[in-house]
Amino acid sequence: MPKTLFEKIWNDHLIAELDDGACLLHVDRVFLHERTGGIALSSMEAEQRQVRNPGHVFCTMDHIIDTFPGRGDATMAPGGRQFITSARQATRRAGITLFDVNDPRQGISHVISAELGVTLPGLTVVCPDSHTCTLGALGALAWGIGSSECEHALTTETLRLVKPKQMAVRLQGGLAAGVTAKDVILHLTGKYSASGGSGCAIEFCGEGTRRLPVEARMTLCNMAVEFSAFTGIIAPDDETLKYISGRPYAPEGGEWDKAVEYWRRLHTDAGAKYDKELHLDLAEIEPTVTWGTSPQHAIGISGMIPDPDKESNKGTRQAMQRAMDYMGLTAGTAINTIPIDAAFIGSCTNSRLSDLRDAARILKGNKITRRIKAICVPGSSRIKREAEQEGIDRIFTEAGFEWRESGCSMCFYAGGEGFAERERIISSTNRNFEGRQGQGARSHLASPATVAASALTGFITDARNMAIQQ
Amino acid sequence: MKPFTTHSGIAAPLLRINIDTDAIIPSREMRRVSKRGLSEGLFAGWRYLYEDDKKLGANPDFILNKPEYAGASILLAGDNFGCGSSREHAVWALAEYGFRAVIAPAFGSIFYNNAVRNGLLPVELSEQSITALAEYSTRAPATNHVNISLENTTVSSNAGDEFHFDIEPLHKEMLLQGLDAIDMTLKHLDEIEEFQNRDKTSRSWAYL
Ligand code: SF4
Repeated sequence: MPKTLFEKIWNDHLIAELDDGACLLHVDRVFLHERTGGIALSSMEAEQRQVRNPGHVFCTMDHIIDTFPGRGDATMAPGGRQFITSARQATRRAGITLFDVNDPRQGISHVISAELGVTLPGLTVVCPDSHTCTLGALGALAWGIGSSECEHALTTETLRLVKPKQMAVRLQGGLAAGVTAKDVILHLTGKYSASGGSGCAIEFCGEGTRRLPVEARMTLCNMAVEFSAFTGIIAPDDETLKYISGRPYAPEGGEWDKAVEYWRRLHTDAGAKYDKELHLDLAEIEPTVTWGTSPQHAIGISGMIPDPDKESNKGTRQAMQRAMDYMGLTAGTAINTIPIDAAFIGSCTNSRLSDLRDAARILKGNKITRRIKAICVPGSSRIKREAEQEGIDRIFTEAGFEWRESGCSMCFYAGGEGFAERERIISSTNRNFEGRQGQGARSHLASPATVAASALTGFITDARNMAIQQ
Repeated sequence: MKPFTTHSGIAAPLLRINIDTDAIIPSREMRRVSKRGLSEGLFAGWRYLYEDDKKLGANPDFILNKPEYAGASILLAGDNFGCGSSREHAVWALAEYGFRAVIAPAFGSIFYNNAVRNGLLPVELSEQSITALAEYSTRAPATNHVNISLENTTVSSNAGDEFHFDIEPLHKEMLLQGLDAIDMTLKHLDEIEEFQNRDKTSRSWAYL
């Protein structure tokens, strides 16, 4: 029987089908961070349960730590220090590898899990964080879980699951110049709604997917959860192998060859069936920005804020109206005329080297509008170093951006550093929920290029209109 | 875990779509490394009035602050409830506040899994049925209770409406008996070990 990529990985991890209908699935890697890792580990201690295989568990500091230069354990997040120290102590007691605050390998969990080769094609990877789906870009089955399931995975190296439905999102054609994977995923949620992929394991496939560089694939899979998917996944190919080869936790020598042989099987067979299929023609997509408080409130950069009165579904209409009030916008306003107060480049969606390069190309030799607060937070300490070697940090700082240490930073607001009430941010992150980046703060999601261009002009701007200096 | 068999209580309608876990409990309300003390922060962004970042007090317009909904234990919500962040705090906060069940057309999948592991019943009903329940509850919140039987997988009103809902057998069992998933899985340790012994040969590269 022809099988999908998802089914192949699922079947190879299936330990048993239990009486109650649950599938007991083997979990190959658990990644933790200081926000939820400490709680899971200390609650296990209270129950006198042990981490079954600490060698397959990793932890980073990303959510709560500050990103100011010279940072330590002190953080602006209320109670933050306790999260940091408890994660540090609990991982030490359990024998788990920790990428601590000043470790050169530190970074946002989903960024470094790929960067260090902790995640490999064909592995099952979980983390108590919804954006774990990012790692599906490498051909791993990776998904976010809560604390209870995390304790389950740590204690048993398994999870009990109901097999999710499968969806294919086929990307056809190629992207127009200046359009990125971020625009694709925003376009997808805009077109099919934030619940369009509800509960599905989504395989991004088609020639349009193949043509995306690995880092762009991560951006695409990152926001599968904003499409309400169980996860996103992309079949590994030569680009994937090139990306993984030589990473610290990747196999070497004979083991590498054996792994490659296995990975070559990881693709959907001709004739395999999905429960649902969607097609997107990439050529139709323009730079895309959100205007509201749900990722489905996404429109092309040449578009206008839609009119709720034209929406037939009552729930959707009310949500649009609420979003418009919260965002301080009116229907019919052209999105590319909206002035912004701040620009943020960072997060597990768009903080990798290729993202920073994209933004730097636009910023080079230019200055941001003076009244704007602009911040760049590389996704990992390694990306930060690599960017500095290329001089990207200077391009950012000379343009007027702050250049930070790596972490989640102002992707979300934990009560510490955040954007102010009514402050309008153009942001390369993944969530535009009410209060996500600060109490009452207004987030517009966009690609790093759009963020950079908007920072220069002071309003939401199509980067393709900017003269780029070579 | 507290088992869920039947429950009858005040149902508060919060019929917004895409209520995300950041809205259920904002990150700034998660100040301690603990599963407790979170109910204060439940729906904080909507439940309180603010000046800049400072809480001024309860927002009288928010449904849970209305006296007739005091003691609500069932939440009626819009589509895609609990989407967004994986934070189990959203479930802990709802449960600690006193909610035993949330009824919505669909749930974020991580939220759903978190709920069934904490004795909070997620019930999927059509938007139409939820609207009917909301109208019924709104007529006299304190007395027009909504009744849920997990055994029969039904939601009913005292006015005679009855709606059936679907739930996976494994989730139903866990909730009915208040089972701990880890204890259940630990009974299969032999199978796990057998699997790993085989797997260590076939996928040796996957083992560090
Ligand atoms: S960068 Fe943002 S979305 Fe990504 S893991 Fe951190 S807080 Fe979550």
